[in-house]
Amino acid sequence: MTAPLAGTAPLIDAHAHFYTDASGRADWNDLNAARFRAGDRIGITYHVASVLGSYGFSSPTYFPSPADVSAGNDAMLVIAEREHRRVRMYATVNPNYTEHALTEIERCVARGAIGVKLLASRRADDPLLDPIAELAGEHHLPVLHHIWQHRRREWPSQEISDGGDLARLASRHPRTSFILAHIGGGGDYAHTFPAVVDAPNVFPDLSGSGVDRGMLDDAVAALGASRLLWACDLTIETGLAKLRALEVIGLSDDEMADIRWRNAVRLFPERSFSLDESKAVPTHTRHSPLATRHS
Amino acid sequence: MTIDVSTFVGGYPFRHVPHPDTDALLRVLDREEIDEAWVGHLPSVFYRDPTPGNRELLALLASKTKRLRPVPAVRPDWPRWAMTLRDAVNAGAPAVRAYPPQWGLGPHDASMRELAIAAGELGICLVLTVRFEDLRQRHALDVAGDLTAAAIRSLARAGDAVRLVVTAAGREMIEEVHWGLTPAEQERVLWDFSWIWGPPEDQLAKLFRTIGSRRFVFGSQWPLRLVQNPRANLDLLPDDVRDMPLAELNRAP
Repeated sequence: MTAPLAGTAPLIDAHAHFYTDASGRADWNDLNAARFRAGDRIGITYHVASVLGSYGFSSPTYFPSPADVSAGNDAMLVIAEREHRRVRMYATVNPNYTEHALTEIERCVARGAIGVKLLASRRADDPLLDPIAELAGEHHLPVLHHIWQHRRREWPSQEISDGGDLARLASRHPRTSFILAHIGGGGDYAHTFPAVVDAPNVFPDLSGSGVDRGMLDDAVAALGASRLLWACDLTIETGLAKLRALEVIGLSDDEMADIRWRNAVRLFPERSFSLDESKAVPTHTRHSPLATRHS
Repeated sequence: MTIDVSTFVGGYPFRHVPHPDTDALLRVLDREEIDEAWVGHLPSVFYRDPTPGNRELLALLASKTKRLRPVPAVRPDWPRWAMTLRDAVNAGAPAVRAYPPQWGLGPHDASMRELAIAAGELGICLVLTVRFEDLRQRHALDVAGDLTAAAIRSLARAGDAVRLVVTAAGREMIEEVHWGLTPAEQERVLWDFSWIWGPPEDQLAKLFRTIGSRRFVFGSQWPLRLVQNPRANLDLLPDDVRDMPLAELNRAP
């Protein structure tokens, strides 16, 4: 068997997606198989994933209807249960339907969900997100929030939020951890790092198709390795490229382990992964992640 | 032999780019086991007259041309552009670059077609760049827009001698251009895959299956983007296309 391209150390993709037969794509199963194929080739230990409603087929991707939210979560539950060796899941919710969102979180957590996924259905600092953030905090679930790096205007198909918006939500919920989605996923990441540097419960993930040189260096310099999560989202090749780039920018072994998997282990509920969590204890205190997890 | 057809030296006006210099590029080539790079001058993209940038490029690469091949810019609506083209050939350039959106040249600009033909008749490629940054992060002053598929089709149809290397295109643009050309015209266009998605969408694999791997060359857009990305894309290809050969730049186009 060929050695994993990214080595044999644990590796958690904190931002993944799967598709279903309701996703409006004939190749939905091929997409899922391709994620596993590439994941195995790289050496991804866990895909922490969500299904985004119907991906636009019967309601918009970023504004999913309650029915599509539930159907997507149902499909994700099946995948997570069937692929328990390598898949964990977020419960996806639309904050415009508060009761439905809270019910979905409880329902999915009871079946193993370890985080909450928010799209772009409502600005991140809107009070409608408060009950969701509160409930996530009670369950020690990180909230993965779709982010547009530097929101300068409205864009179609999304109610976009940026690092500043998420930082305001995070400041209202200091006991909840927020994963800031895909610094390479569109927009100006250079704005994001200073926007969240003083929000210690915001943890950017590195995913996205963007592979600008300097982005990773700047993220580490601004936030420290203990606040960054490795992830792929829709482009696994950029995830591999970023891992290889991280290996040559001068990180210590501890810092690489933090980004690869230890920060994720610390953020998600205890025993979310079959990994040696004792090795995930922070070795440095600057930007210490999630001091509240065990509180 | 691996040739990176899309590298630059020099700074970029809209964001800081770390170490965009020849020494860093040579270290990157060694580390990534890339034999040779075609090197453009990044500041020249935004000069009205690229001539001073070409001089600077040749000076920067003067002692390193064995691995760093100069790719000067030729602006075909500028006086004496044909001389600039000949100077590039005489300097050993394997190609020249042009930036029609940044120069305000439309998709059917006659001078661009003249340049494409003239470069091809001299045995060198014309390198085009679809974009330098993602649309969503561009500076408010960066309003040139992407090179269009129509512009590429127009140049590919200009004549038998034309040889284009189009960098930083996405899957949709490549398909739109490729299937909008005759088979003979398709042979005049090579693409780098620096902006094409790998798994799970597997767009690079789909393109290898449909239009063929020999229409593609290795390009990274260093120093703007991670040089590791195209290699990662190749490493993650599905088994049925993993060993398909890329275009051989020494003999083609």
